[in-house]
Amino acid sequence: MTQLQNLQKEFGNALLNPDLSMPDGITGPDGQPSEKRFSVYRNNVVASLVEALGNAFPVVRKLVGVDFFNAMAAVYVRQEPPKTPVLITYGDTFGNFLDQFEPAKSLPYLAGIARLEHARLVAYHAADKASLDTDMLARIDPENLGSLKLRLHSATVLIRSDYSIVSLWRANEGDKIPDSIDVSRSENALITRPEMDVKLRAISTGYAIFLESIMEGSPLSSAAERALTLDASFDLETVLASLLDRGALLGIYSPDMS
Amino acid sequence: MTVTSKLSALAIAGAVAGAIATISTVAPAHAAGKEKCFGISLAGQNDCAAGPGTTCAGTSTVDYQGNAWTLVPKGTCATTELDGNRMGSLDALTRDLPA
Amino acid sequence: MDISMKSIVATSFPELTIPAQAGVGLKAAHFQDILNKRHCVSWFEVHPENYMGAGGAPHHNLGLIRQDYPLSLHGVGLSIGADRALDKDHLARLKLLNERYEPDLFSEHLAWSTHDAGYLNDLLPVPYTEETLRIVVEHVDQFQNVLGRQILLENPSTYVLFEHSTMSEIDFMTSIAKQSGCGLLLDINNVFVSATNHNYSAGDYLQAYPMAVVQELHLGGHAPDEDEAGRPLLIDAHDRNVDDEVWALYAQVIEQTGPIATLVEWDNDVPTFDVLQNEAALANTILGTNTKYGAIA
Repeated sequence: MTQLQNLQKEFGNALLNPDLSMPDGITGPDGQPSEKRFSVYRNNVVASLVEALGNAFPVVRKLVGVDFFNAMAAVYVRQEPPKTPVLITYGDTFGNFLDQFEPAKSLPYLAGIARLEHARLVAYHAADKASLDTDMLARIDPENLGSLKLRLHSATVLIRSDYSIVSLWRANEGDKIPDSIDVSRSENALITRPEMDVKLRAISTGYAIFLESIMEGSPLSSAAERALTLDASFDLETVLASLLDRGALLGIYSPDMS
Repeated sequence: MTVTSKLSALAIAGAVAGAIATISTVAPAHAAGKEKCFGISLAGQNDCAAGPGTTCAGTSTVDYQGNAWTLVPKGTCATTELDGNRMGSLDALTRDLPA
Repeated sequence: MDISMKSIVATSFPELTIPAQAGVGLKAAHFQDILNKRHCVSWFEVHPENYMGAGGAPHHNLGLIRQDYPLSLHGVGLSIGADRALDKDHLARLKLLNERYEPDLFSEHLAWSTHDAGYLNDLLPVPYTEETLRIVVEHVDQFQNVLGRQILLENPSTYVLFEHSTMSEIDFMTSIAKQSGCGLLLDINNVFVSATNHNYSAGDYLQAYPMAVVQELHLGGHAPDEDEAGRPLLIDAHDRNVDDEVWALYAQVIEQTGPIATLVEWDNDVPTFDVLQNEAALANTILGTNTKYGAIA
């Protein structure tokens, strides 16, 4: 290992772990070691990533308060620092982390809110793709429609939760002061991005089951049947219109030409 | 297709045709927006500045599995009682609102 | 991300050159003002890392800006000063953005940030030794070859010194430029911050700097603090107006070199566009450029 590799290894370890002392030979202008100067780097690495998480998860932060959020995010940052220099979608495992984070156990809906907020980021940065051409769709032989599969836009994310994450997120978004909300109602969040703006809505169980099946690669008919079996109110026409309107459908294709 | 098929090919075709008709009647709202910029609320995450408070924040780690973790959530969730299933607005919230 | 980025449709932008005038760091909050208002800012700089998503609003917005203004890409994450191989994926992403936006200038920092544990989100300092010099020159060379163009390298703000450094920062920067053929981005606030932190004269530093290879200047605000011995410790926070002493140093540099493209950076506590624009107008005054719209203090 070169001298520089060695220095950078020790330097980096000490940045993430304050229990480690800073590497030898780091000084102020008098040639004497200066912990406080080194701590500018130590603090900045953690504080800048905590801030990045705060920007990415504003409603999680609002729900727990800034102090709690920052302390919690600092634990996450040290456990799972970013793997790449691209921070725009840092925090993809924050929801999983919150599932396990003891001090936040009293808020079991928090992980769902984190997943919802991360999905919004993913949708925001997703590739620009042309939506399914409805003229083309209209020309497909009706006999074949049921056996075809749907290709979804990569911005389309479904999050199923035992808690009312959509209502909770909406109530806390921006500067809003939330009204009383029933958190124990289960909600399914659908995130889409028609054009450039990210959309969020709570969808019915049938809609969610249908989407889940489509995402798993089921053809149209079996996805619709499964949804109808588990939710009698499922209406294929309404759901397809909703997906088309939200730019969620990119294509329709036959399973044998996938 | 299974024997217990609830949906005929006809029903599916009808749903597809209906969905197409529904969205065709909605005027495209976004066609004129080419000079508009979007999503300005989401700022970039990378920058080349040192963050605020860099000499006094973040040096200590708190072991949340031991007894050292003394913080409790104090945001808008503060009065959420899972038993009561309600979440109320509360005074503590104003602390976190942008000025 | 890499695969989907390839689906980006090539757009052609007008060929625009960055003038020897004031530009500002582009902030998402200012997009609408920039597009709708008359202002004195003639070019913009962005961190490519913030535009490494596959699509969506960031690319749409940056494309609108690039239609009308020359652009500079200013990387923060390549970790040129690390003694490990440059990240091939990151190089590919930078190359793609260079091709897509055809920026007039492309710069990076003399710093490191990559570690076995992950990406350390800061511009960490390097000791100035022959060993570091060799590594940095290799990395700059590789980066320029990947992009197929010259890059500029920025001098750092530093808070510590390394006992085993064997050369001055000026000699180090000069040698990198000479050996790799890169240009330099001189951050005058960084010079002032480092000079104050390490107790040397910023004026003398600037007198000795290799100005012939400097193609861009940076200005920004810093936050004052102290170390444990009560000595001044300035933090490169980009959270306020450019300091008066930095303006004075800037004026001296411009008097000596003539006008050079100058960027005002403001990244934390981002003000309204008009406040930022006023800083740009001040720079334009020093550059001797007539600024029609800027209010000059």
